[in-house]
Amino acid sequence: MNQRKKVLLSWTALVAASLLSSQPSLANDELSKMSKDPKQWVMQSGDYANQRYSPLKQITTANVKELRPVWTFSTGVLRGHEGGPLIVGDVMYVHTPFPNVVYALDLNNQGRILWKYEPKQDPSVIPVMCCDTVNRGVAYGDGKIILNQADANVVALDAKTGKELWKVANGDPKKGETMTGAPVVVKDKVLVGISGGEFGVQGRMTAYNLKDGSVAWKAYSVGPDDQILFDPQKTTSLGKPVGANSSLSTWQGDQWKTGGGATWGWTAYDPQLNLIYYGSGNPSTWNPKQRPGDNKWSMTIFARDADTGIAKWVYQMTPHDEWDYDGVNEMILADIKVKGTPVKALVHFDRNGFAYTMNRETGELLVAEKYDPAVNWATHVDMKTGRPEVVAQYSTDHNGEDHNTKGVCPAALGSKDQQPAAYSPETGLFYVPTNHVCMDYEPFKVSYTAGQPYVGATLSMFPPKGETHLGNFIAWDASSGKIVWSNKETFSVWSGALTTAGGVAFYGTLEGYLKAVDMKTGKELYKFKTPSGIIGNVTSYEHGGKQYIAVLSGVGGWAGIGMAAGLGGDSEGLGAVGAYKQLANYTQLGGVLTVFALP
Amino acid sequence: MPKRLALTAAITLMALPLCVAAGAAGAADGSAPTAAKAAEAKPYKVEGGKVDPGTYNGYRRYGESCMRCHGPDGAGSSYAPDLTDSLKHMDYDAFAETVINGRKNVNTANNNVMPSFGTTEDVANYLDDIYGYLKARSDGALGRGRPQRIGD
Ligand code: HEC
Repeated sequence: MNQRKKVLLSWTALVAASLLSSQPSLANDELSKMSKDPKQWVMQSGDYANQRYSPLKQITTANVKELRPVWTFSTGVLRGHEGGPLIVGDVMYVHTPFPNVVYALDLNNQGRILWKYEPKQDPSVIPVMCCDTVNRGVAYGDGKIILNQADANVVALDAKTGKELWKVANGDPKKGETMTGAPVVVKDKVLVGISGGEFGVQGRMTAYNLKDGSVAWKAYSVGPDDQILFDPQKTTSLGKPVGANSSLSTWQGDQWKTGGGATWGWTAYDPQLNLIYYGSGNPSTWNPKQRPGDNKWSMTIFARDADTGIAKWVYQMTPHDEWDYDGVNEMILADIKVKGTPVKALVHFDRNGFAYTMNRETGELLVAEKYDPAVNWATHVDMKTGRPEVVAQYSTDHNGEDHNTKGVCPAALGSKDQQPAAYSPETGLFYVPTNHVCMDYEPFKVSYTAGQPYVGATLSMFPPKGETHLGNFIAWDASSGKIVWSNKETFSVWSGALTTAGGVAFYGTLEGYLKAVDMKTGKELYKFKTPSGIIGNVTSYEHGGKQYIAVLSGVGGWAGIGMAAGLGGDSEGLGAVGAYKQLANYTQLGGVLTVFALP
Repeated sequence: MPKRLALTAAITLMALPLCVAAGAAGAADGSAPTAAKAAEAKPYKVEGGKVDPGTYNGYRRYGESCMRCHGPDGAGSSYAPDLTDSLKHMDYDAFAETVINGRKNVNTANNNVMPSFGTTEDVANYLDDIYGYLKARSDGALGRGRPQRIGD
């Protein structure tokens, strides 16, 4: 067993290396401490647990109706603005989609620009990005601002001056490798994913040393054990060791090399368990007939050791994907009671329409329920095997190539895409921005060419039968797996939510409204129409004794694809449903930050 | 707008037969009087809402290579133009030139890049089908969604 030996060898080497380098770093302590200060917002998700919860409570259910915009800032860029600003001390850091400008704004001086950084990037990367040129924000750590550029370069900037400190290439756009996700700083490393599932990349998570950008570890989503950093005996799936070649044995021949499993979502970290959590995306191509097997470990939740990258446990949600249900959505870490028992839980709202509650220490599956009643591609998840029970009528593999599989819910956008949900320790509920969209899906044969899209399916999308709204904002109980309340939205809710100790949850809409709702009932308490549709995430911070709410507007992203004409329908559905509410009649492009406060 | 005339040798070889095939459509958009124009052969066939194999192929190739930017049914997105509108003004040659060579519109206000498909076989080999499909959409001869094939 040559292969095994090699794995063990490189594994030991890794562990040894990590022992040398894992002295508790000051940077880590600093960032952990800062993330607990409610006045600042030092990482994209607010904290390592991805809860998007602010303990600030000046703004309450009683006074939120008085909220008003107090200052605004144009980013000068038109494309879709995802992610949100960071607030570190008296400085706010604002990023843009391509060309990926970063601004440092002085909160003591009405947002005066302290510095501006604009990388030089070859615009030929633009068409290699799947769906608009979005970027989900920068990270802070150890006095540095880390930016993931579209062209797959990772840059560290001096947070004080904007001066470039180091820069490394995390991929090659000529092979379709680009970056849209936000980096996350954990201890003395920065974790960086890769995009390009539509171009047949081999997805991976890379840890760079924060001090100089050298590689600490690199863990692929698909491939041989030494590339995916699995220990066949110790890495488990639903409590059982995965065994040798757990990925390779689920692909035909060399297909894993262009197998996808991109890592463009959000990464969480549990400092006590020293584990990081993230998901992998679709297997390439979208034509399931062309890649027999489970295609592991695409569509998978990974729990990896933060120092070595070695996988502790994995769980594949959608084996052998047939619908483009990427598994990259955020993992929210919360200590909750599940059916009466306290659990260190991981809660994940997957693109496939199921919300999973897992034990984040062991990877045990506790709850898997649909969080949109429209979901029809599977009846349920088998709690023993963890596999979804697929409905043959909606199986694009079963129906085959050149056959149009109709009325699959959710659409490829998922019941939720990357727009992150929030958790409130006060209510114990999760607040989830969702899509309410179905599709027809027709796979066909394609061949792989480096740098060319590797899709192989034709899609059309429309609201569920008999309905006209395309989104919901819901409150979710992760213990019972039930919707507590659900607010209809005209369009998909493509903005990340925020919960606050004031009892108010916030989110944005594609028409451009910032909305505040009562977390207990869902009752809308306030809305304001910002200059463009919102696909950014809502943030809260305190400055000079006052609580602020900040959000980027700037419509685009995948949501922008349906913008000009609304979503289409299958030929029979045409006209029957009033789905042609054109987003373009509500809003236009343009990146603007809007900051709100009470009078 | 200055038209980029240079086509690479490989592209010319691929594009030439297509130009000939669609010549009728190109001319029809030119100076022909309206009555004559209506009688000209269309680059697509739509019968009772159903389409010929070429137009169907165009729909599918469009879905594979163009939809992620130009939106469902050619109707445009927040970052690429509505092609059902473009083809009201663009003839086949201008269409082919744009798709084969691509176009960059990158400046302080815009970051728009139309990729070049000259060496992408799935597009270059079926340019006339894609054009036919989009032209049918542009003329209003074909509605939204997946068209049915004649004989389906
Ligand atoms: C990566 C995104 C992208 C893809 C993929 C793409 N386009 Fe484009 N296309 C654009 C953009 C952006 C423009 C506008 C460029 C400009 O502003 O000059 C454009 C312009 C065009 C135009 C000119 C329209 C006009 O009114 O001048 C045509 C024709 C066109 N595209 C056809 C296609 C076809 C056919 C395909 C598929 C084979 C395709 N495009 C794929 C982004 C794309």
